[in-house]
Amino acid sequence: MNSLELRASKAQTDARGASARLVERLGVHNISLLVALAILVVIFGSLRGDVFFSSRNLLNIGLGITILGVLAMSQTVVIVGGGLDIAVGATVGLTTVSTAMAIQATGSPAAGIVAGLMLGGLAGLVNGIIITYGRVNAVIATLGTMAIFRGIAFIMSDGQSIAIFSDTFRFIGIGRILGLPLLVWILVLTAIAFHLFLARSIVGRNIYALGGNAVVARFSGININRYRVGIYIMSGVAAGLAGILLAARTGSGQPVSGSQGLELEAITAAVLGGCALQGGKGTIVGALLGVAIIGVLNNGMILTSVPTFYQLLAKGSLLILAVVIAEYHLNRT
Amino acid sequence: MTQSDFFSLDGISKRFGVVQALDNVSIAFRPGEVLALVGENGAGKSTMMRILEGVFGPDNGTVRHGATPIVFGEPRDSHRAGIRVIHQEPEIVPNLTVAENIFVGELPRLAGVLLDWRKLEERTDRVLATFGMQQDMRPRQLCGTLGPAQRQMIEIMRAIRAGGRLIAFDEPTSSLTDDEARRLFSVIRRLREEGTSIIYISHRLNEIIDLADRIVVLRDGRLVDDSPAAGASEQTIAKLMVGRNIADLFTRETWRSGEQLLDVAGLTTDRVSDVSLRVRRGEVLGIAGLMGAGRSELAKAIVGYDQRIAGTIAMNGVPVLPNSPHAAIVAGIGFAPEDRKHEALLLFRSILDNASLCVPDKTSSFGFFNRRKALEIVSPLAAKMSIKAPNLDEQVSKLSGGNQQKVVLARWLARQPMLLILDEPTRGIDIGAKAEIYRLIDELAASGIGIILISSEMPELIGLADRVLVMAGGRITAELSRPDIDEATILKHAMPQSAPAPGDHIQ
Ligand SMILES: Nc1ncnc2c1ncn2[C@@H]1O[C@H](COP(=O)(O)OP(=O)(O)OP(=O)(O)O)[C@@H](O)[C@H]1O
Ligand SMILES: [Mg+2]
Repeated sequence: MNSLELRASKAQTDARGASARLVERLGVHNISLLVALAILVVIFGSLRGDVFFSSRNLLNIGLGITILGVLAMSQTVVIVGGGLDIAVGATVGLTTVSTAMAIQATGSPAAGIVAGLMLGGLAGLVNGIIITYGRVNAVIATLGTMAIFRGIAFIMSDGQSIAIFSDTFRFIGIGRILGLPLLVWILVLTAIAFHLFLARSIVGRNIYALGGNAVVARFSGININRYRVGIYIMSGVAAGLAGILLAARTGSGQPVSGSQGLELEAITAAVLGGCALQGGKGTIVGALLGVAIIGVLNNGMILTSVPTFYQLLAKGSLLILAVVIAEYHLNRT
Repeated sequence: MTQSDFFSLDGISKRFGVVQALDNVSIAFRPGEVLALVGENGAGKSTMMRILEGVFGPDNGTVRHGATPIVFGEPRDSHRAGIRVIHQEPEIVPNLTVAENIFVGELPRLAGVLLDWRKLEERTDRVLATFGMQQDMRPRQLCGTLGPAQRQMIEIMRAIRAGGRLIAFDEPTSSLTDDEARRLFSVIRRLREEGTSIIYISHRLNEIIDLADRIVVLRDGRLVDDSPAAGASEQTIAKLMVGRNIADLFTRETWRSGEQLLDVAGLTTDRVSDVSLRVRRGEVLGIAGLMGAGRSELAKAIVGYDQRIAGTIAMNGVPVLPNSPHAAIVAGIGFAPEDRKHEALLLFRSILDNASLCVPDKTSSFGFFNRRKALEIVSPLAAKMSIKAPNLDEQVSKLSGGNQQKVVLARWLARQPMLLILDEPTRGIDIGAKAEIYRLIDELAASGIGIILISSEMPELIGLADRVLVMAGGRITAELSRPDIDEATILKHAMPQSAPAPGDHIQ
C-alpha cells in the first residue's frame, strides 16, 4: 500500500512543469542570489554603464574574484564540516612571502609553488591539530593563528615587499590562454574540482555528515578527528594556492597588503552562498554566486567612487545581513 | 458536527507539498474525557496537535471554542487559551537545570530581577513529588545529564504544572519504561477527574484500552472512526488503523543459534562496570532494565563510542580495537541508537543520504557517490519497511517520527552487519510497522545474524529473545533463558538494590 503511495506521488512530481524542476535543481536560495546579482548589475550598469559593461572591466571583475573564489570555496568546505577558518587571509600573506623568497633564492618558479603550497598546508595542519586535539574553539584557534601567521610573515620578510623576477611565474598571474586570463581558467578548474569533491565524493558527503551532526558521523564510522584535521589542511593548501596566484599577479610577496580582509570576504561569500554556520549546509555553486556578488559590489563601489572606509562598512554589513537571512531560513524550516 | 461549548476541530485540512497530512477532520473534545488518537506513522496525529497548538494554521477548517472560531498565531496564544501539547520529541534546554526547564517562562523572582532559587527549588520538589520522581532527578541537576526518559518526564511536568483545560500527550510513553508510564497514567487519571480534557496519542494499544474513554482513528489524514472505548480490543483498533488484520505480532521461525559471534569480557566504561556477555549467530539477546540502568551505555561501549576503561571485545574470536566506532563497523557490528534525532539522523539530509551513510563502499564508484547504486540498495528497503514519503529525496526532518525510525533501520539493513544492536527499535512505530520489524528481526536471526535487542517493552523481549540479560546500575544482574523469561523475574532483577539511587551515578 505504501509503496503504491510512493509511486503515485512520484508521478505527481514528474507532472510538474519544467520551470518547477529548474527551481528545484538550482534551489530557491541560488535563485535569490542570481536575482540579487542581477539587481547589483542593473544598479551599477545604470550608474556607470559606459565603463561597467566594457570587456576590460568585466575581465577585471573576473580577475578580482579568482583569489577570493578559491578561498570562498575552501571556506565553504570548512563551514560545511562544522568549522571556521579565520586565518586564511594571514595564511595567504604568509605564502606570498614564502613563495617570493623561494623564487628569489632558487630562481625556480616550481620551488616557489611548492613552498607556497607546503607552507599553506603546514599552517592548516597547525590549525587542525589545535582545534581537534587541543579542543580549542575554531574561531578562537584561528583568530590566534591569524596573528601568529601574520607575525611570521613579517619576521620572514622583515616587513618588506619581496619582488619576484621570474617571467614564467608571472605568466600565471598575467598570462592568457584562448583569450582568457590564466587566472580565470584556474578558478574554473578549481571550482569544478571543489564541486565534484564536496557534492559527489564520498569524502565530501562525509563532511556534510560531520558538520550536520558529529555524533551521528562518529556512530557511522567516520573518523571525525582525521576529517577535521584534513579539512584544515585542505583550507591551508587552498590558501597557499591563493597566495601563489596573488604573488603571481602582483609580482611580489607581501605580508599584509593584498591579503588583509580576505577572510572576511571569503566567509561572507560562503554564508551568502547558503552555508549555515552550525555546519552541514552549503554548496560550492552558492559560494561562487556569493563571490560574484562581492566582486561586482567591490568593482561597482570603486567605479562609483565610494570612499574606501564606506566600502568596508558595506562589506561588514553584507556579512551580517547574510547571516541574519541564513538564520531566518533555518528557523523557518 | 454537534455543537459543544468546549474546544473542537471543524473540517480541518492540511497539506505539505504532495502529502495530504489531514483531510477534513472534525473532532469535538470534552472536559473530563481521555480521547485516544491512534493511526499509523504519518497518519497526521502530530500535525493535528501542531494545528491545535498554533504552530501553524490549517489550510481549511477552523478550531473552535464553543461556537466561536479561534485563531492561534503562535503557541503562546493557545497556551493562554488553556491548550497544552506535550511533544513527541522533548524540547528541553540541556545546559539549564531541571528546575529551570520545568518552570521556564514562569521563574519566581527576587526583587524583580534575581532568580529566587529557594522558591524555585520548593516548587520543583513539589512537582517532582506529584510524579514520584524525587529519586530520579534533583532540581539543580543539569538536563544535559538526563536520558531520554527523564527528558520526556520534564516535558510532561512543564506542561502540567502550567495547568490547562486541554492537555495533549503526543506519544508520551515511547521513551518511558513501564514504571514511569504507570506514574504518568495515575497523573492523567487525576487530571481527568479534575475535569481536564486529555488527548492521548500512542502506538501502544494496551495503554489506549487501559486509559481511553473515546478512541479516534486517523488513516492517511482522514478520520475513519470516532467511538467510545468500551468494548474495543487491540485487534479491532489495529484493524481500523491499518485497514487490514495484523497477523501474529511475535514470530520466531527458529530458535537455533549457531557458533559464537560476539564475546565481551569485563567491559568497563564510565557508565557500565564489568559486563561480560556472548552472542551466537542467529541468536537474539534481549537486554532489559529500568531507565538509567546503563543499557544504551552498554551498547555505546560495545561499538566503541564510549571510552573503554577495561575489558575485551572480540568478534569471531578477533579482538575489536577500543574507542573506534569505525573499527566496530569494520568488524561487522551495527548499532541503531535510541535517540534518533541526536544520534542517528542527519535531519537536513535526504532519506537516501541517511540510509546510505554506512555503505559508502556499495554506493560509490571511484570514490564518488553513485546515485543509481544507492537507489538500488535503498529503494527496496524503503518499500519493505513502508517508509511513507513522497520520494527518497525528502528531507528526513519532514518525516513523521515513526518513519524517521524506519530510516535508521534501513541504514543498517543496507549495511548487513554480522551483529546488529537495536536500541528501542520500535520506539514510536505503529503496530503494522512493528509487526514488520519483528518479522525482520526474525528474518535477520534466521539468516545467521546475531542481534542484541535493548527494549523497555516486556512483550517484545519475552516474545523475541532467546536470552535476556537484566541490567541495573550499569551492571548485569541476571541472565534469563527461554522459556524462563517473564515479566516478574525481569522486574525483580531490574530493581536497583544495593546500587546507588538512579540519578546519582549519572553525573
Ligand atoms: N513540515 C513538514 N513538511 C512536509 N511534510 C510534513 C511536515 N510535517 C509532517 N509532514 C508529513 O505529514 C504526514 C503526517 O505527519 P505526522 O507527523 O502528523 O504523522 P503522525 O501521525 O504523527 O506519525 P507518527 O506516528 O510517526 O508520529 C507525514 O506524511 C509527514 O511526512
Ligand atoms: Mg507523530
